[in-house]
Amino acid sequence: MADVNRSNRPLSPHLSIYRPLWTMGLSITHRITGVGLAVSITMITWWFLALAIGEDYFEAANAVMTSVVGGFILIASLWALSFHFCNGIRHLFWDAGKGLELETAYRSGLAVMAGSVVLTVIGVLVVAGVL
Amino acid sequence: MRYQTDRQRVEGLGSAKDGTVEWWKQRVAAVALLPLVLLFIFPLLRSVGSDFDDVRAIYEHPFNAIIAILFFITIMSHLRQGLQEVIVDYVHGKAAMTTALLVNTMFTTLIGVTGVFSVAKIAFGG
Repeated sequence: MADVNRSNRPLSPHLSIYRPLWTMGLSITHRITGVGLAVSITMITWWFLALAIGEDYFEAANAVMTSVVGGFILIASLWALSFHFCNGIRHLFWDAGKGLELETAYRSGLAVMAGSVVLTVIGVLVVAGVL
Repeated sequence: MRYQTDRQRVEGLGSAKDGTVEWWKQRVAAVALLPLVLLFIFPLLRSVGSDFDDVRAIYEHPFNAIIAILFFITIMSHLRQGLQEVIVDYVHGKAAMTTALLVNTMFTTLIGVTGVFSVAKIAFGG
């Protein structure tokens, strides 16, 4: 029979065979931020709907956005977006076959981490009205 | 018991045929989102904490309205494909996966349509 050994076969991506590297953390963070941003975009869409419906509803949505919990979610979303944005650019370079050397991948990984923090700070400054 | 081998079942059918289209479309959406996200996020961050009339005025402006609509259309496809990739990797079993993929398509379409509708309603002064 053909399928006797099915359960014993190694299945991709069999991550456990690789030596853990910190760049793997960036890889899974790209996914986690992507899924997390689905929550952020849902909140933003709800905020736009409130803006379209009328002032009372908008005030309620705005109160949620500017509350302590809302503010925390907003900053977390800003960081997630910044990370996903920077690492997305890194992925696009890889898709073009560039920057795949280990040293370059390490350097671009560090740049992504730094860039995500810088963009988050810029975003917070825009919200605060400084920029 | 099925005696037909896996190979027998798929022989002659060729590849899945549209795998690379999905991959390519996600890259196109990703590239489009680079400028769109920046143009979309700036007025949005400015709007946080502002009052109703000021925020309405921002999105009544054609430039901001068009950018926001383009953003919602593009994010709808990028989000659907991204979540689909995660579902295909982590959700096992045909029924669970099919359900998750259906919910994903409905959810992302709802987000996109609601966003476009809301911005259009504001921009047209409704």
